[in-house]
Amino acid sequence: MTTNIDFAAILPEILLLCGACAVLLGDLFLADARRHVSFWLTQAVLAVVAYSALATMPLQPAEAFSGMVVDDVLADTLKFMCTVAVSMMLFYGRGYSADRGLFRGETFVLSLFALLGMMVMIAAGSFVTLYLGLELLSLSLYAMVAMYRTSNIATEAAMKYFVLGALASGILLYGMSMIYGASGSLDIATVARTLASGQGERTILLFGLVFLVSGVAFKLGAVPYHMWVPDVYDGAPTVVTLLIGTAPKLAVYAFMLRLLGVALGSLWFDWQGMLMVLTVLSMILGNVVAIAQTSMKRMLAYSSIANMGFMLMGFLAANPSGYSAAMFYAIAYVLTSLASFGMIMLLSREGFEADQLADFKGLNQRSPWWAFMMLLVMFSLAGVPPTLGFYAKFVVIQAAVDAGFIWLAVVAVMTSLVGAFYYLRVVKLMYFDDATDTAPIDARADNRWVLSVNGLALLVFGIFPQHLLGICVVALANSGLL
Amino acid sequence: MMPYLSLAIWVPIAAGLAVLAVGRDRDAAVARWIALAGAVAGLVVTLPLWIHFQTGTSEMQFVEYSDWIPRFDIHYFLGVDGISMLFVLLNSLMTLVVVWSAWEVIKVRVAQYMAAFLIQSGLINGAFSALDGILFYMFFEAMLIPMYLIIGVWGGPNRVYAAVKFFLYTLLGSLLMLVALIYLYDVSGTFSIQEWYRVPLSLKVQVFLFIAFFLSFAVKVPMWPVHTWLPDAHVEAPTGGSVILAAITLKIGAYGFVRFILPIVPDASRYLSGFVIALSLIAIVYIGFVALVQADMKKLIAYSSISHMGFVTLGFFLFSQLGMEGGLVQMISHGFVSAAMFLCVGVMYDRMHSRQIADYGGVVNTMPKFAAFMMLFAMANSGLPATSGFVGEFMVILASVKVNFWLGATAATIMIVGAAYTLWMYKRVIYGAVANAEVAALTDLNRREFWLLGAVAVLVFWMGVWPRPFIDVMHSSVADLLAHVAKSKL
Repeated sequence: MTTNIDFAAILPEILLLCGACAVLLGDLFLADARRHVSFWLTQAVLAVVAYSALATMPLQPAEAFSGMVVDDVLADTLKFMCTVAVSMMLFYGRGYSADRGLFRGETFVLSLFALLGMMVMIAAGSFVTLYLGLELLSLSLYAMVAMYRTSNIATEAAMKYFVLGALASGILLYGMSMIYGASGSLDIATVARTLASGQGERTILLFGLVFLVSGVAFKLGAVPYHMWVPDVYDGAPTVVTLLIGTAPKLAVYAFMLRLLGVALGSLWFDWQGMLMVLTVLSMILGNVVAIAQTSMKRMLAYSSIANMGFMLMGFLAANPSGYSAAMFYAIAYVLTSLASFGMIMLLSREGFEADQLADFKGLNQRSPWWAFMMLLVMFSLAGVPPTLGFYAKFVVIQAAVDAGFIWLAVVAVMTSLVGAFYYLRVVKLMYFDDATDTAPIDARADNRWVLSVNGLALLVFGIFPQHLLGICVVALANSGLL
Repeated sequence: MMPYLSLAIWVPIAAGLAVLAVGRDRDAAVARWIALAGAVAGLVVTLPLWIHFQTGTSEMQFVEYSDWIPRFDIHYFLGVDGISMLFVLLNSLMTLVVVWSAWEVIKVRVAQYMAAFLIQSGLINGAFSALDGILFYMFFEAMLIPMYLIIGVWGGPNRVYAAVKFFLYTLLGSLLMLVALIYLYDVSGTFSIQEWYRVPLSLKVQVFLFIAFFLSFAVKVPMWPVHTWLPDAHVEAPTGGSVILAAITLKIGAYGFVRFILPIVPDASRYLSGFVIALSLIAIVYIGFVALVQADMKKLIAYSSISHMGFVTLGFFLFSQLGMEGGLVQMISHGFVSAAMFLCVGVMYDRMHSRQIADYGGVVNTMPKFAAFMMLFAMANSGLPATSGFVGEFMVILASVKVNFWLGATAATIMIVGAAYTLWMYKRVIYGAVANAEVAALTDLNRREFWLLGAVAVLVFWMGVWPRPFIDVMHSSVADLLAHVAKSKL
């Protein structure tokens, strides 16, 4: 192994770190009325980072810093997507945070650090880097949930999130230590080689694996490690919920891929069974319990649990086409989820949270356009063509059938039938019921444009999914991981 | 050559989007005229399909083939044969009927109403002409969305229940079909439906695939016992929704049988034909009796639809040229007749705001022209010779008598029961003394309604007296289909 100090490999991270520091310092000298300067500065940083992620995309996968960091097509693609997601989240949350006193420098800085954490996770080449990234992400998110100090439930949510999150991190770390004990290395590629050659005490490895899978499942919010999801989604201010519910899913996907797919790839038969249990439970519980919700945010939380179950279904096929299916699913979910929380914030205003299902009543009368956008979001989540959500479901079901798990595919479609019921209910509220809230929907032009593009993207990618599918396949094929 | 099928799909959809973009509730006339223009254009672009259709071949015609999603070998693959071509025409025609019938009847959110029907029309044309499994699935599922909104937004008092029930029932079947499609892709490496006709499959696999496809299409037809969504949907839907549901949407279910089930899993189809025939007979006879006791006119016609569609599935699973063609003729005829019946109920409902038979009586005294039209359609619904309703039913009964006398005899009871419930309803609604002041105040058909019903009446007569052109179109394709069914894939 060579000790190559290749700064080009982590250029996006370096730029992001510098940018975050610049926002942190610059914001100190700004009066509250000029906070939008920090906002646009943050957006500029994100634009530069997104560009650099694409520009530094290597043809060959490269290692840097003694294998601590990997730079490949997969990593740069996911970094780019996470950056875009964070940028969209800031656009959607702009008016919303201003109304709640959250339009502050800390929001921008913490979002940037959370993004940095995600990027480190995505590019990690060793267990240490993985863990570092994960903790940076988690700590930023804990702080962001807690930042809404005037809200009691936000404080409670922050506490729950922190305690359970810390526990999960501990479990994860414990699992990593066992793998280290059995394989003698923290480097992902080395662990993969060692295990592939049949070395390592199997009992210890399996114990470690159980802890790792539990830790990952917690971060994803898969059943039975899902308890925190509804409370945190519901309690956190929606702009933070949006951050928690979107980009980190991509980072956790990369995390899972490096950890299970690569490092423990030769134990696939063992983790496949575990993931299967997680998948089935998540899909059933998430979809069934979501029916009983009256809060939009809680409903979306359970929907996210169910969706993570679907993503795991693609992953557990344990082959490149399954991994790329899971990646496509994660991207589709993130895009849909962004729009769903974006809609909640669009309808919210000062002193009013549109986080109940009833707040969507008669939206078609108030604004046919936004009702249509929400319609697309709901049908995309339900997996009805011609929306992006259909292809997401299609690819993971295809992966499962391909791997011989037809029964799993049948369970999946049956639970998504259950899921269709509560998504349809939202459409029903918007189109069939009369509006009780007649306040005009006003948002800044930038917010409206980004949200409209987001909503239409669900339709356009639903009709022409081949490019997005292609990206996922190419990213995995050129990552040199598998 | 012009891409007629693409035009048939995208012209109505583009018109629908234009209506949405331009139409405002304040100025509904604009939306109406654009919608009418779109519907007419949608029909005009399908006429070349009829004109240029080659009758002597079972090959797919007007084929369009281009890459769509190379990752899964999914193509934008369109084409029609003698079986599907007629339904594209029927659908485009019915869209025009529906747009016209809604002219001054729909007053709220006119633009969205018209757009929903136009977009749905394009999607339905897509489902009838798709030759790629996923392309078909896409259209098949997407068409649920407009219908869900049509029932839910413009429907009756219990519309939410009906809309959700409609959506979930249909989704249940189609999701299992999705698994089946993916399985077939895994086995064959392609999503081309015609390639699947050649894939060998064991009987066990065929039976599982049969169940998955059958659930999907049987719900749509609908066959007993998965029919319960239809009466609810029909009763609550606005007139236009009922017309499209009865005339077109049900046909997609039956079309699925001939495009997917029979040729892809022929051995399972033969193996389970007794089961399907039994269900069809139950639908024909039992649902016929259920229709007899209905107090709501729309519900009565809904049950009558289920009963008539039983003939279609019965005809298909007799595996004879006569039965298959009879089923297809019955599908088209039922498209005309059921649409006309729902339009008639719609005409009365617009005036009286009631669908209860008991609220009417003696309508002939105030609406003589209407009574004459409805008489014709009621006769067609009971299968009177010289109307379209007779041809299909007669062919299917003839084919079933050839297989087994009692089978034919049981199916033939529909002639009696069908006449009983239709004519009895007609008698109670139209004849007798004027029942109440509201009936006395009825006005006869206006010019729009007259021409609308008149146009459908011409079609009903045409098909009843001279069905040859229709049968000629489907002849070769049916023969080819039967060859596929007869060939074992084990």
